[in-house]
Amino acid sequence: MNLKDKKITLHDMTLRDGMHAKRHQISLHHMVDIASGLDDAGVPIIEVTHGDGLGGASVNYGFPAHSDEEYFNAVVPEMKNAKVSALLVPGIGTLDHLKMAADCGVKTIRVATHCTEADVAQQHIGLSSKLGLDTVGFLMMAHMTSAEDLLIQAKLMASYGANCIYCTDSAGYMLPDDVTERITLLRSGLHAEVELGFHGHHNLGLGVANSMAAVEAGANRIDASAAGLGAGAGNTPLEVFAAVLDRMSANHGVDIFRLMDVAEELVVPMMDSPIRLDRDSLVLGYAGVYSSFLLFARRAGEKYGVPSHEILLEMARLKAIGGQEDLIEDVAMDMARQVNQ
Amino acid sequence: MSKKLKAAIIGPGNIGTDLLIKAMRSDWIEPVWMVGIEDSAGIKRAQEFGIKVTTGGVQGLTPFIVEDDIKIVFDATSAYAHEINSKAVNEKGAMMIDLTPAAIGPYCVPPVNLLALLSEGRKENVNMVTCAGQATIPMIAAVSRIQSVEYGEIVATVSSESAGPGTRKNVDEFTRTTKDAIEKVGGAKEGKAIVVFNPASPPLIMRDTIHCLTRETPDQKAITESIHQMMADVQKYVPGYTLKNGPVFEGNRVSVSFEVEGLGDFLPKFAGNLDIMTAAALRTAEMYAEAIYNGDISA
Repeated sequence: MNLKDKKITLHDMTLRDGMHAKRHQISLHHMVDIASGLDDAGVPIIEVTHGDGLGGASVNYGFPAHSDEEYFNAVVPEMKNAKVSALLVPGIGTLDHLKMAADCGVKTIRVATHCTEADVAQQHIGLSSKLGLDTVGFLMMAHMTSAEDLLIQAKLMASYGANCIYCTDSAGYMLPDDVTERITLLRSGLHAEVELGFHGHHNLGLGVANSMAAVEAGANRIDASAAGLGAGAGNTPLEVFAAVLDRMSANHGVDIFRLMDVAEELVVPMMDSPIRLDRDSLVLGYAGVYSSFLLFARRAGEKYGVPSHEILLEMARLKAIGGQEDLIEDVAMDMARQVNQ
Repeated sequence: MSKKLKAAIIGPGNIGTDLLIKAMRSDWIEPVWMVGIEDSAGIKRAQEFGIKVTTGGVQGLTPFIVEDDIKIVFDATSAYAHEINSKAVNEKGAMMIDLTPAAIGPYCVPPVNLLALLSEGRKENVNMVTCAGQATIPMIAAVSRIQSVEYGEIVATVSSESAGPGTRKNVDEFTRTTKDAIEKVGGAKEGKAIVVFNPASPPLIMRDTIHCLTRETPDQKAITESIHQMMADVQKYVPGYTLKNGPVFEGNRVSVSFEVEGLGDFLPKFAGNLDIMTAAALRTAEMYAEAIYNGDISA
């Protein structure tokens, strides 16, 4: 594989996807420290939002330690070079949240929908683009649809005003060939000025390999997270991916040793439990389940006395998609009832 | 005089057609007109049912409102068209029941506030909130009539196939209207609405989770009874409104989940989200008809 001189924009997920692994409880002080460390290491974009995006504060997804606005106001003014991005999932976050983020100095808005539902994002992509923000269409659970359908959805998002489209492997289910097929088709089917991105999860241990495949096929933005802090077995580990890019002489623009410092000295000590590929997260990747269901399944499993990996398998069988965290307690209760009968 | 009140439906799409089929069975409502803006499958179907049709929009209907003694008009078009429709209909003396998210008139969730609305007398316009609102606000109210609800949150999961282009294009309107009605009708101090569109095939039945955070420790027995009573009230017009799990009590959280299966009149059964709208709108019209017949309010 030849990635020599390929220009790659690394987009940090530690403080957004990492919020899932921290049950949305990252302190303002950790947010600022980690974001500053990433900024110093040359990471150009850093996402800061509730794990489920703007407006994610809820019973369903968890109430965060601080509001999105408080996090932005703490982090944005401290950034020397890095820009701050925010995630928005239509149906959860609204145009009002988007305006608030823009007012706080957020420069990139990533509008996320399930991979077949791009048309619910029209208003949000439209507003972000109208405000002159870097506007990303983020197609989640992209393994659940074909490359051809993904291109149709990507074209919709581009037509609403997105200047970058993501193939998002929310379940960490994709194999490198799945990534290659999708990114290749997106690259050939979208206008050259539309950037492409890939967001991986490490549930099959393929976060780095899949991101490499994405770059080779034409993606130039890659999401990754310091020490992998993120939902499931975590995101593509940022410092690892950067080191690989460095070995391959790709143009990544970051200081890999500073990234290692951030991961080792700031992020790992903050973890509630080690981010690793355990049985539950392997099941996510193997069966194609939304990564942020992990901790919900664990809690429900404990409360109702059913194995959490079996809850996750049932979520896969029910074809649950991102956002359906409320189904997890239901599934656990149904399973507990069956056991008792 | 016949006890049935004559009605017209604007919007011969899926919702309008389903509503028509339900209304044709009603003891209190007699559908007379179907109003569209072009020749369509919906207009043809209405004609086959022996209903008068016009493709001239609301202007095609207004000359006949007095002549045919139309007292109630349902609007199943869009928020965008609703304001003009409502004004035209009201000028001719008919009442408007709004199935769009326009929300010009007061919100109506039948088992929660229809009696209170009726006690205020005749209304020019009542609004049916959203499908998620019809499916969940009764449960917020079932808790809030027992004790103070500081925060009410609903998560509605609907099949992608049942969410029309209007809803999809205006998701914010949908969540905002639902949130507002959770507060105003459901009685929660603060509301939040979340909607998920799931593309699974075969399509899933509408699923709703309702979370309430009560101010004081929840009275489990009273709340459980209240929820079951409210469920029975909804089932009077949506028999497929089914408790899946709960109520679950955890600290001050009360959670309950439902599935809503439609009658399958015109819309498929999984589209309980649409069925609960048409059923609630008809229920509202019937209660007004009954009140008018009994002389409680004027036509």
